[in-house]
Amino acid sequence: MRLTNRDWNALGLSALLIAVVCCLPFLTQGYWLSIGVTIAMYAVLATSWALFSGPTHYISLATAAFFGVGTYTVGYGIEVLPYWTLLPIAGVLGAVLAALAGLATLRLSGVYFVIFTLGLAEFIRQIITWVQNLTGQRGIYVLTSITESHIYWQLVGLAALVFLTGWLIGRSRLGFALRIIGDDEEVARHSGIHTARAKVLLFMVPGAAAAIAGAILAPRYVYIEPMLAFTPMLSFQVVIMALLGGTGRLWGPLVGVIPFTIIWEAISASFPNQTTLLLGVSFLVIVYLLPRGFVGLIEDTRHRGREAQA
Amino acid sequence: MKRRTFTWLAAASIAAAVPATAQETLIVGAVAPKTGPLAGGAAVSYWPNVQLWVHDVNARGGLDVGGTRYMLEVVEYDDQTNAGQTIQAVQRLVNQDGAQIVLPPYSTGLNLAAAPIYNRLGLPMVTSTATTDKADELSQQFPNVFITLGGAVPIVDGVVEAFTALRDEGTIGNRLAMVNVADAFGIELMGAAKPAFEAAGFELVYETSYPLGSQDLSPVMKAAAAAEPDAFIAWSYPPDTFALTEQAIVEDLQVGAFFTAVATAFPAYYERFGEQAEGVLGIGGVNADGEAFQDYAARHLEVTGAAPDYWASAMVYSSFQVLEQSIEAVGSFDNEAIIQHIKDNSFETVIGTLEFDENNNNTSFWTVGQWQDGVFKGVASTGREGAVEVQPKDGWN
Repeated sequence: MRLTNRDWNALGLSALLIAVVCCLPFLTQGYWLSIGVTIAMYAVLATSWALFSGPTHYISLATAAFFGVGTYTVGYGIEVLPYWTLLPIAGVLGAVLAALAGLATLRLSGVYFVIFTLGLAEFIRQIITWVQNLTGQRGIYVLTSITESHIYWQLVGLAALVFLTGWLIGRSRLGFALRIIGDDEEVARHSGIHTARAKVLLFMVPGAAAAIAGAILAPRYVYIEPMLAFTPMLSFQVVIMALLGGTGRLWGPLVGVIPFTIIWEAISASFPNQTTLLLGVSFLVIVYLLPRGFVGLIEDTRHRGREAQA
Repeated sequence: MKRRTFTWLAAASIAAAVPATAQETLIVGAVAPKTGPLAGGAAVSYWPNVQLWVHDVNARGGLDVGGTRYMLEVVEYDDQTNAGQTIQAVQRLVNQDGAQIVLPPYSTGLNLAAAPIYNRLGLPMVTSTATTDKADELSQQFPNVFITLGGAVPIVDGVVEAFTALRDEGTIGNRLAMVNVADAFGIELMGAAKPAFEAAGFELVYETSYPLGSQDLSPVMKAAAAAEPDAFIAWSYPPDTFALTEQAIVEDLQVGAFFTAVATAFPAYYERFGEQAEGVLGIGGVNADGEAFQDYAARHLEVTGAAPDYWASAMVYSSFQVLEQSIEAVGSFDNEAIIQHIKDNSFETVIGTLEFDENNNNTSFWTVGQWQDGVFKGVASTGREGAVEVQPKDGWN
């Protein structure tokens, strides 16, 4: 793999940005750090979501399923294993689950996949409840000395990893294959691309990332219960944030996550009863005004600027 | 536009009545569900008490902190039944809104998720809607957190005690049907109840669980009735508490003791079933004949327009009273001193005297209540006064 000067510049700039972002806990320990945690969490979830759903146009609502699996991995594992080993275990479990779900559904087209992924979180939640019911499980507590700052750094680190993965995939044969699949799956198949395998492989990335994010956040919840770990709201918020930002570019979802989180926060503070309305309005804005998200808007503006110059 | 429950008119009238002292305003923060799965429970047991407590404190001239009188002003946030939002809202209350007092959140999960942040901010956290059997571990990790509502094990012990009393006087036999909702608290209670009832010599003739949100519970009740039990227990949540009672009436389940768990203590339960609810046992209870509770219930109805429930409501209000009395006793907003004061003292509240053991745990709370003459009266507790005798269930009229 040869890197051009431009690539080195981009990588250097990204590293610098991540270093700057990591300084947040030194500036504030309170309110803004908790918003930082939320933004970092959604950055991981929305970016990894867009890695798969961007090129393939499959809308996945499975984020909550993977996230909950990660949370429960830590919930069950914290008593027997050191915390640090649980993060990769959660990642592997998330990836395996994504592969299984992918094998079962990714041969099907669009809408079947959406419905299946929506049901997946509920399905896993029921399995966990069933096992707990069978064994008479007590409440699960995650009592650790992990602070909000640690959680923040871990999430930023995970986000960096997701970006790096996305960047590498974009440069690889797999990324190229996926762009063809997104444009026309029939053509891709005729060109000799193993479409099902490519999709399953890629679906494992958001699976692993969301599971690790869930594992990182488990110590923040202290008490793990299915209602909190598998909240379906999470899946929808991730989709809306990613689409709002735009899935055409690697940094697209981030452009959606930051304003959405801040607006959501402002609305929670000022109009506590109207948060659901924001979700609806965002959906309408995406569909009617920003079909390609903020990325589309930014690129159109640039394009127009260039035309004006010429 | 923040939602402030405080009304300026009331303030003005009180200011006119108490002109001598200087008036200061104190921001009180409250965060609990207004949307999401737990919004219904919070609307019955939590939010009305925030309103009532602030009303009561302001009506008596405000909070007296070291000689200065503070009028309370509430900033309320909806956490959408989402732990991340609870944490963020607590931060926002302290850092952005300048809240000096932050009331505890609602439910076990949201309270425990918020415990680290209360701890880091040094806030006293007298929880009122969290049930846990791990008070010892929690208090080690979070010395600012206090537990008042008890845990699954003592609740089960209370139920066993009530049922054993009925059996010993010959009202019911040994045959027990027991079901549970397959969700966190229901599973925990069932897990504790099975060995406890077996140890007490009961025979489990029917047991099953049903998923959370089950619409049709008639198969459960039909199967339970077919086993011909002498007593019935359901470790249930609000919707299924209502549905199972409904089915028991339909099937005309003839048992000498009928117990359903969460929401049996809600006034809505009696409104729904009327006289058929007579003799039904449930989780919770209060000293319903006590003056403190009756006075509280009357004010609750007058100020909020709704009656309190007979379990958590009074405990929620009592936990606010503990905070109120501690702050006034310490005479400043020194949270460390306030926490120490809560540990060291006992408090007169609407639930009776509240005090905490070395694990910050209130060890005396109501575990079982029973609908008697339209009131849900406490029949078993871990050391509360005013328990009435448990009555046999006399059919469904």
